[in-house]
Amino acid sequence: MDADARREPWRETTDRRKEDEARMNIVVCVKYVPDAQSERTFQESDNTVDRAVDGLLSELDEYAVEEALKIVEAAGEGEVTVVTVGPGAAADALKKALQMGADKGVHVQDEALHGSDAVATSLVLAKAVEKATDGSPELVLTGMSSTDGVMGVVPAMLAERLGLPQVTYASELTVGDGKVTIRRDGDTASETIEASLPALVSVTDQINEPRYPSFKGIMAAKKKPVEAWSLADLGVDAGDVGLDAAWTAVVSFAKRPPREQGQLVTDEGDGGTKLAEFLSAQKFL
Amino acid sequence: MAEVLVLADHAGGRLRKATAELLTLARRLGEPSAVHVGPGADTAQKTYAKYGAHKVYVVDDADAGSYLVAPQAEVLAQLIEKVSPAAVLIPSNAAGKEIAARLAIKSGSGLITDAVDVRAGDDGAPETTQSVFAGSYTVTAKVTTGTPIICVKPNSAAIEASPEAGAVESVDVTISDAAKAAKITDAQPKKATGRPELTEAAIVVSGGRGTGGDFSPVEEFADSLGAAVGASRAAVDAGWYPHSNQVGQTGKQVSPQLYVAAGISGAIQHRAGMQTSKTIVAVNKDEEAPIFELVDFGVVGDLFSVLPQATAEVKKRKG
Ligand SMILES: Cc1cc2nc3c(=O)[nH]c(=O)nc-3n(C[C@H](O)[C@H](O)[C@H](O)COP(=O)(O)OP(=O)(O)OC[C@H]3O[C@@H](n4cnc5c(N)ncnc54)[C@H](O)[C@@H]3O)c2cc1C
Ligand SMILES: Nc1ncnc2c1ncn2[C@@H]1O[C@H](COP(=O)(O)O)[C@@H](O)[C@H]1O
Repeated sequence: MDADARREPWRETTDRRKEDEARMNIVVCVKYVPDAQSERTFQESDNTVDRAVDGLLSELDEYAVEEALKIVEAAGEGEVTVVTVGPGAAADALKKALQMGADKGVHVQDEALHGSDAVATSLVLAKAVEKATDGSPELVLTGMSSTDGVMGVVPAMLAERLGLPQVTYASELTVGDGKVTIRRDGDTASETIEASLPALVSVTDQINEPRYPSFKGIMAAKKKPVEAWSLADLGVDAGDVGLDAAWTAVVSFAKRPPREQGQLVTDEGDGGTKLAEFLSAQKFL
Repeated sequence: MAEVLVLADHAGGRLRKATAELLTLARRLGEPSAVHVGPGADTAQKTYAKYGAHKVYVVDDADAGSYLVAPQAEVLAQLIEKVSPAAVLIPSNAAGKEIAARLAIKSGSGLITDAVDVRAGDDGAPETTQSVFAGSYTVTAKVTTGTPIICVKPNSAAIEASPEAGAVESVDVTISDAAKAAKITDAQPKKATGRPELTEAAIVVSGGRGTGGDFSPVEEFADSLGAAVGASRAAVDAGWYPHSNQVGQTGKQVSPQLYVAAGISGAIQHRAGMQTSKTIVAVNKDEEAPIFELVDFGVVGDLFSVLPQATAEVKKRKG
């Protein structure tokens, strides 16, 4: 389906559009990641990241969930759907988002997904977002990058696949009049960027303070619906995902030898001079 | 020899250093061609030729710069169709990675980001080195499908001149309306500091919570070295320094020759932005601070006495 066809429902009548605007339906993509505090390794068997360590909702995706909740709360109505692609344990990431206040969850899980790269993940996410929105997403929110991979490319790939404009690294976001407006810190300027809806927006950790789940939120989350979809449910060919389908390959990996213990001096009134001497010896001066 | 496309990183023709680095690296893989989207190609032309561009593709769409990433991705996708390059090299910054991401999907090609090195592998195809998991692992990778699209971190290669003709070729590419859907409507330029840009600088001096909000010793030391100034998130969150100077997972990733951390503990998220620096120096009151695990040289002491003394000594030695 091309992007224009998908946007068509929006253009039906202005009335329809007004209605849609008040009632914002937002999809937030959330990722389950290994805890950054635990040691991360590669699996010797197939050079993939070892996911056996404890995981949690990627901290950076909490900002996207929070922003979605704020938009719906401000509009007075609407729905926040959180989508994750990941193993069984990724249900924890959905649970946390539901406890924060999201309305429903989608968990795409399939044996064949093991070892998927960003290209495959974005394919599956795109199909899941389309299915969750009957083919017409309004606003898709993501984190700025996942705390494990730090590639930060899934949002752009997802936007490309969904045929949506992407507005990334938002540190402020307003939604209204059929468009999104963000502010972001560029290298040389603070920029204001506008795009018409539907759109994909990625948010930074500058945008808000994610809420902690309340006791009420924790109780309510237990009754919220979570759909479990397989690749077949999404019409994705298992051959297009997983390690074998990856468009890149890890040739080898090596644990860096710990940096050689550097020289440590305690300042006894000459620490600055010693520092300058070191820099001079290293030819930085 | 096959062409290697290098996407120029420029503002109105003023090239950022990364472009010369990519042209230098591209020569290891084939014949570099610079791709210049937007105005100012004539200004940049000399640099392209100096660093070995055999060709310069120019898409002089004055508007291209006011839209986000999608136009560049369309231009590169059309060039891939046209010239079947051996690889496409793009700077590994926020915008570059997004351009690369859209290009990967459009052209059905594998993408590698955050490479710190690129070379021709045994079969001649590009092979990259990346540093992952907060620097604890080094990974060698290659693209197995389509045209290798590789994002290389700024400061990963020493630039070397290798003059070539760099014949300018205007290319007819169409930028779709869809690619113009996200528009920059306003840009408030940052105050000029006279210091080098953070990700380009050969030396970065950063301050953290230990400055207690007074960045003057950090800035003065930086200025004595001609360095850029960075900050930890704690310092940024406290409002002491602008967010655009933040180094780390949610700030800038820097890879300078020398990184100096003053009053910074060395949290994993901070390391994620600086651990590929060649030489690391820290000044911290606490000898147990994790930053000392990374350093080549560390001073256990108060930054308010160590930095001013070091500044004076550097100035003296520089004469
Ligand atoms: C999702 C997420 C993303 C994050 N992203 C980033 C990021 O991009 N960048 C980043 O930096 N952090 C990031 N953080 C925050 C990170 O976890 C740390 O909290 C932060 O880096 C701490 O900053 P700091 O070292 O300045 O402060 P502290 O950890 O408080 O350390 C201050 C240090 O200063 C020393 N000190 C105090 N006074 C003096 C003095 N007079 N002289 C010398 N030394 C002194 C102390 O001994 C101490 O070691 C992120 C956190 C999260 C959860
Ligand atoms: N497996 C996944 N499931 C759901 N969302 C994801 C997944 N991977 C990435 N994302 C989204 O894409 C963003 C950037 O991820 P990345 O490109 O992996 O750094 C994250 O903050 C998430 O919002």
